[in-house]
Formats: sequence, C-alpha cells, structure tokens
Amino acid sequence: MSSKTFRGGVHPKEYKELTEHLAFEYFPAPDEIILPLSQHLGKEAKPLVKKGDEVIIGQLVAQADGFISAPIHSSVNGKVLSIGKEVTPLGFPKDSIVIKSSENSADKKFSFPPLDPETITPDEIRQRVAEAGIVGQGGAAFPTYVKLSPPKDKVINVVIINGCECEPYLTRDYRFMIERHDDLISGLKLIMKALGVKRGVIGIEDNKPEAIKILSHKVKYEDGIEVISLKTKYPQGAEKMLIKAVTGKEVPPGKLPMDVGAVIQNIGTAIAIHDAVIKGEPLTHAALTVSGLGICKPKNLYVPVGTPIQNIIEFCGGVTEDAVKIIVGGPMMGIAQYDLQAPVMKATSGILVLTKKEVAESEETPCLRCGQCVDACPLNLMPTKLVRYTQLKRYEDAEGIGITVCMECGTCAFTCPANIPLVQWIRLGKQKVLQMQKERAAVK
Amino acid sequence: MNTETIVENKKSIQFDLTTSPHLHSQWSTAKVMWFVNLALVPCIASALIFFGVQQILIMLVAVLFAVGTEATVQAIRKKKVTLLDGSAALTGLLLSLTLPPNFSLSATAIGSVVAIGLGKQIFGGIGYNIFNPALVGRAFLQAAFPVQITTWTKPNYAVDSVTSATPLAAFKFDKLLTETYSLALGNVGGSLGETSAIAVLIGGIFLIAIGIVNWRIPASMIVGIFLFGGSLWLINPQQYPSPVFQIFAGSFLFGAMFMATDWVTSPITAKGMWIYGLGISLILILIRTFGGLPEGVMYSILFMNAFVPIINRYTHPRIFGELKEVKK
Repeated sequence: MSSKTFRGGVHPKEYKELTEHLAFEYFPAPDEIILPLSQHLGKEAKPLVKKGDEVIIGQLVAQADGFISAPIHSSVNGKVLSIGKEVTPLGFPKDSIVIKSSENSADKKFSFPPLDPETITPDEIRQRVAEAGIVGQGGAAFPTYVKLSPPKDKVINVVIINGCECEPYLTRDYRFMIERHDDLISGLKLIMKALGVKRGVIGIEDNKPEAIKILSHKVKYEDGIEVISLKTKYPQGAEKMLIKAVTGKEVPPGKLPMDVGAVIQNIGTAIAIHDAVIKGEPLTHAALTVSGLGICKPKNLYVPVGTPIQNIIEFCGGVTEDAVKIIVGGPMMGIAQYDLQAPVMKATSGILVLTKKEVAESEETPCLRCGQCVDACPLNLMPTKLVRYTQLKRYEDAEGIGITVCMECGTCAFTCPANIPLVQWIRLGKQKVLQMQKERAAVK
Repeated sequence: MNTETIVENKKSIQFDLTTSPHLHSQWSTAKVMWFVNLALVPCIASALIFFGVQQILIMLVAVLFAVGTEATVQAIRKKKVTLLDGSAALTGLLLSLTLPPNFSLSATAIGSVVAIGLGKQIFGGIGYNIFNPALVGRAFLQAAFPVQITTWTKPNYAVDSVTSATPLAAFKFDKLLTETYSLALGNVGGSLGETSAIAVLIGGIFLIAIGIVNWRIPASMIVGIFLFGGSLWLINPQQYPSPVFQIFAGSFLFGAMFMATDWVTSPITAKGMWIYGLGISLILILIRTFGGLPEGVMYSILFMNAFVPIINRYTHPRIFGELKEVKK
C-alpha cells in the first residue's frame, strides 16, 4: 500500500525507539496536584470548591463557563489547599486549584452512569463529552463537544482519527493504538454517531506498521471505517496536512476543517470519549510519553492531571548529566520549561528531557537565500521573507504574504542551515499584524 | 521551587529556554560550504589528470588569496573573521577551476581578490551579494587579461582531432565537432575543472542527493538547452550543434551544477528557479550562436543573477488553501 501525504515538510530523526515498546504505567497519586482553571482553549472554568473542601477522584471542582469552555475534575482524593495563581507549562501563571491528596482513600471515586452505545443518542454523547471535560488531546486542547456540535449549515462527511503522531519522541498515540484498539474504534463510532457521519478514517504514519496492521484487521468488518497509511513526514499530523492527505481537499486560510466537510479527532480524544461514555469516567488522567536522551528511564505513563513535572521526572529516574532542556509537548512545537512545579494538563502529550547533542544549537549566520524554508513550508509560505519583513517592521507587507496563515510548525527553522530562529521572528510579526488588524477594526 | 533543585546529582543546572522547534537538521553554513568544496574533488582530480599536477598551484593561490581577502576585509570592517566557514575557500576554488590551465598565478591572485572584495564583501559579506562572486572574479580577469584567459593548453591525453582550441571554439570557427565520449571524459581543451562532464556530474549529483543543490536549477537549464538549442539544431543541423553537444561542451555542466546553483544568487521559489534556469540557457544559446565569443555560461549566469530579486518577488507560491496566488 502506498502512503498518502502533502507537499513540503521534513523528516527529523524520530527517537521513537526510546519508548515505543514500553506499555503504559500508572503514575501513583502525587502529594499535591495543581489544576489550572484554563487547560483548554476558550474561557477558563469557574471553581465550585473553596479552601478546605474535601474532594474525591472524578469530582467536579470547576464548571464550564460558556459554550467554548470545559469543566475540571479532581484527579486525586484530598483537600483543597488554595485557589490562586500558579505556574503552568504554558510559561505564565494562571488561576489554579491546588489539592493536597490524602492517604487511605483510594476506593472513593466519582463516575457517571455508563451509557449503552447501541441506544445512545447524538445529544447524549455530546452532553457526556461536555460534562466529562474532554478536550482535544492533540495539543491545542479545544473543547471536544464544540467540535461535535457543528452549525446546522455545515455538512460533515468524514471523521478522521489522527494517528500520525508526527512529532519525534512521542509514542503515546502509538501505545494507545496497540494497547487499546477496541476502545479507539468504539470512540470513533461514538464520534461518527454524534455527527451523523457514515465514513470514518484512521490515518496512521507508515513508521507504525504494527498499529496499521492491528487496526486494519480490527476495522475489516466495521461499516464505513478504514485505515489509511500516511507517509512519515513532519507535520503530517497537522489538521490541514492530514485532511489534504486523506481527502485531497485544502482548508483555506482562516477556515476550519468542518468547512471542507471533515472533523479531526486525536487518538487520545477518541479513547477519552469511549471512557466517558461507556465507562462513565471524567477526564482526570493524561496519557503521555516521558522521553529524550536526557531522562534516565523513558516511559509511557497515565498521570493524574495536575501532577507537577518534577514528580514525573523523579519517577523516571531523574535527568542525566548532559541534559540541557525540558520540554512539555513534542520537540517541534512544545514549550521549554523554566519551573518544574508546572503541572501536567489534560492535553499534555509528552515531557522531554533533551541533551546538548539532540538540541544541536549552532551559531546564527546571515540568511543564505537557499530557499530550503520555502521548499519545506507545508503551507507554501515564504518564511525567510516573512522574517525579513518583520525585522524591517514592514508588517503590512508581512500580512500581504500571509504571515497570519503560519501555524508555527517549526519546519522552516528545522531546515534553516543558517540557524535563523525563523519561527520566533514570525511569531513576533504575527503578534504585530494581529494587533494592527485589531486597531483597524476599532477604527471602523 | 526552580530547576536547580531537580535532582541531587545536578545541583546547578540551568536549562535552556529557547522556543520551538527544539530540534534542528544539524546543517550549518560552514557544513554546507565544506560539502560543496568536497563535491569539487572529482573536478580537481580531472584537472590534475588532464593538465598536470602543477595546476594545483593555481588552485592554492586562488584559495589563499580568497580567504586572505575575506579575512582582511572582515578585520577592517571590525566584523567577525569567518575563515573556517569554507565559503571564501569555495569561491577561490570555484574561480580557479574556471581558469585555463597554466594561467598566470599573479593574475589568479588578482581574480581572487576581486571575487571576494568586489563580488562579495562590498555588499556586506556572505548572504548579501547579488552576483556570484567567483564569476565576478572571472569576468574581471576576462576583461583584464583577454588573451591569457583564452589561451588553452592541450590536455595530456588529447586525442588527435583536438588541438589547443576548445570544442566550442572548434565548432564555432571551424565547424569541427568533438566526440561526446571525449567531452564526457574531459581530455579536451578547456578550463581546469570544467572539461570532464563525468567529474562534474559526480559532484553535482552528490550535492543534489544531499539536498544542497536544488535539482530544479540544473534541470531547467538542461531543458532550456533542449528547447532553445534544440530548435536551432532542428532548423539546421549543419549550422547549429546538437543540444547534447551544447550540454557536454564548455562550462555548461559546471555552471549548471556549481555556479548557477549558488544559494545566495539564485531564486528561492520553485517557479523562480525554473524561470532563472530557462533564462540562463536562452541567453547562453544566444551568445554561443550569435555572439562573438564561443562560450557564454559566465555572462548568462551573471545576467540572470541580476534578475533574481525580481523573480523572487513575482513567483510567490500559492498559499495552501488559497485559490489565487499572492501578488506582491
């Protein structure tokens, strides 16, 4: 079977061999968890508990505020210590509920009544996904039930499960496909039912032949579901690239996948939907990969949401002598950490400890106009020119050649032989352009 | 709590906080330049085989003066001296390989000084020049030493039919065709590193394979020769040489692989590369066919170098999902 793909992209060294063979382990309840009220895109949740309250696993501690928001549940049994600003892996502090976990109460747990997948209605699925606090597990953490509630005028004809896991190091989705393939298919069927869609596709990069084999076998007798092999290339898992590879359609700038009739869900999201609907479990744990040459014992873990990164690194044997960088997320789009008290959030997919050798930073030299960034940009932008315009403060010109279209995938900076921090410049330019657009709108 | 307390065996660790992406292809300017130098080894070898080991002196002089000029100018401008990035050495080496065998060493030195001084550093150094520096140096020598630079020594293993004239001159002035076999091997008159098509292709294909040379530039130039040279040949095969001869004779392949593909002075868009390559071939065929000189690779590349900024400006790719192309 030949693998489908998109134009452009790069193929970084994968490093998946560090963890791909390791089954998920359960991380024990930490002494203390930190639950930021904003672990999703949209409005932050409103706390329902106060200092001193006793809470149990699965208990609702903050409720969704408005349509684009998500509720938050405790991932431990314990007592609320405080509610206030705490550090987050996003780099800036946010209002959070801190819970001290108590011992000898492991049997207490809240769950929703399980629902029957045969008789469940689309509205019941949406409601359960909303009350379970499920957000996209791919990294952007968009509230999932919003994606399951498209406006009436949008016709959705395909649900694509994103099994690319194109970021190097991460093997969480791969382990899900190997260990929980039945739950994954069950989750996909629930998503299809909620959207009234007949066609489901699981897109998997061809560096995961085992997952392709197992899932192809499993979906053989499922109506309308197929597994598609995709070329191993970064950023194959970006929504626009995945839709292009699977359907041949391009999502225009500023539009959503649903505008071309597609809804994309991450592997982890489909499994969370299964857990919420069939087992009645709210989203209290994050599945993630702890990897990198700088961590002593790489692992795939189920971690209670809110666990500080520090605890997880200690659980994985600490860092090696030559570790230089700690990242939350993947190495291409993740965020470097300055405070290891920052907690794991619902959509955290990985914690990486990288060594000098992996990061391989070299000195920046002038742009050689080699055009490698232009060739590699999956969105057909001209990164070097966007950067030049930003450096010259020519923001209108940058806007004219599409700076706001950039998704900051990092492909350009990865290829740049002059080691120019292209993404950093483009981010700056984007901020300036968005500000300019806001001012323009205000004048009108 | 901060990162310093993370583990006992690392008390004073300070983690990097640079932004994503956190991985890199591990290419650098210097690494690229040295790989291009490496790709020229077959051409150096062919020069030494066909024209004698003493030709190494021309190369050494060219490289030394190029590197020396770069360092001097950088020191005067109080910039960081980048002797080890291989870029000035590459310019010197490229220049020397385009010179005739036994070319005067003092003139070679002048060529290198001009190539780096006027071709590169005057614009601000690496990345900022408009014209290919090695070709600027050669163009200067062509103007300053017109006789010397067109005096071609007979190669050591020349076949009888080839005298000291280059195959292009032999055809242009006497309608004598050189066999493609000799052109491929390189035992014909010509510039030091340019006579052997096989040597040039080994280096060029290596650079394409490792992603330094974008295949579109040599491909579009070859297509251009078939298009423009081929049309003339079809009109009158007695008067005009075949496109295969046009490709294998003279500096064409060397220019297509090593000169036109210079990153700084070639377009950055895919479409732009095609326009640029076709343009070079069009001008080349015009010079070779209707000009006074038998060869024109140098001038046609320099000419198209001048158009690169405008080509880049009008060949923006279509943004993903956008129906129309960006016009800017």
